[in-house]
Amino acid sequence: MTVVLNHPVREVEVKGPKRVKDLLAELSLLPESVLVVRGDDLVTEDDTIRDEDRVEIRPVISGG
Amino acid sequence: MRCRKCPNRAVLGIPRHHTAFCKTCLTEFVCDQVERAIKEEQMFTRTDRVLVAVSGGKDSLSLLDILRRLGYEGDAFYVDLGIGEYSRQSKAKVEGYTRPRGIALRTHELKEDEGAGINDLADLVRRPTCSVCGTLKRYHFNRTAVELGYNVLATGHNLDDEASRLLGNVLHWQTEYLDKQGPTLPASLEGFAKKVKPLYRLAEREIAAYAIVNKIDYIVEECPNSKGAKMLLYKDILNRLEAESPGTKQTFYWGFLAKQKAEEGARPSMTENDRAVLHPCVTCGQPTTADTCSYCKLMARAKQTGPATIRP
Repeated sequence: MTVVLNHPVREVEVKGPKRVKDLLAELSLLPESVLVVRGDDLVTEDDTIRDEDRVEIRPVISGG
Repeated sequence: MRCRKCPNRAVLGIPRHHTAFCKTCLTEFVCDQVERAIKEEQMFTRTDRVLVAVSGGKDSLSLLDILRRLGYEGDAFYVDLGIGEYSRQSKAKVEGYTRPRGIALRTHELKEDEGAGINDLADLVRRPTCSVCGTLKRYHFNRTAVELGYNVLATGHNLDDEASRLLGNVLHWQTEYLDKQGPTLPASLEGFAKKVKPLYRLAEREIAAYAIVNKIDYIVEECPNSKGAKMLLYKDILNRLEAESPGTKQTFYWGFLAKQKAEEGARPSMTENDRAVLHPCVTCGQPTTADTCSYCKLMARAKQTGPATIRP
């Protein structure tokens, strides 16, 4: 799967299928600090991302 | 994961409330929390004119969206800090949201009105950029609201913002700041607009989810000046605690508010305190504790050391 990360914007390839929860753990990301977007849709921690999917991991924490 | 209110697929789990919502029920939940905040904290009514400070980020644009969805009258105010591409993009997001919806947008341009952007001003006065930014924004938020006849100024501060600020204040025992940490600050004297934070019941992640499911196009990029900011560290620490023990952030901040409420009457109110120490700035007339307010002092110093273009 292609995972789009922000700050700075970059892409990484991760072997799927994988549950969102496991993907975040693999990338050392706290679920409370991000949202995962597939297409126009938000996916929850127990959703599975397929190998052919493209997802964006959107940080939700801002410093202002 | 299924929505706890209807048979639809959930788009967000909210462990602190032991629940999960689909797009429609998430929107309803967010609006209910904001309406509850407005009523419980007596922020404003549907007859008040509310000026919403917007940055182009998820919180302020969502706040504008929620208020109008709930039937409140909210116009937008944007301060252009002059931070190159970041400011250009954030302004475009604000205009992209307000223009098609016919929402009145007021703007203040630092480069035009003060004669320099935030980074140059901070260099001139030799103070951290975020500190100068805070002084300038607080000043213009209040001044613009008062001058344009808005009786309430609303900002998009959320539960994470308030809990992390509280953590910072407690860690440094800055108890003098605690009084001003409530979600409603009164218009205690002439020249002060009432300040409210209608998103204080909602976590940052819930608001970001609201923005995404309601297709609010906001700036995802962070302000380049916030790199290494202490607030981000405090938020990260609180989120680690939240992951282990859901509800930590709300217990911390709401518990603080409950203690403050319980002590009401035992000490002078914020209005009484403000009236005892504040008076008009000799230069601009805005309320201040000193002869000259911090904004006018800052600008005088910038003018002293900077080019002739620095105003006022």
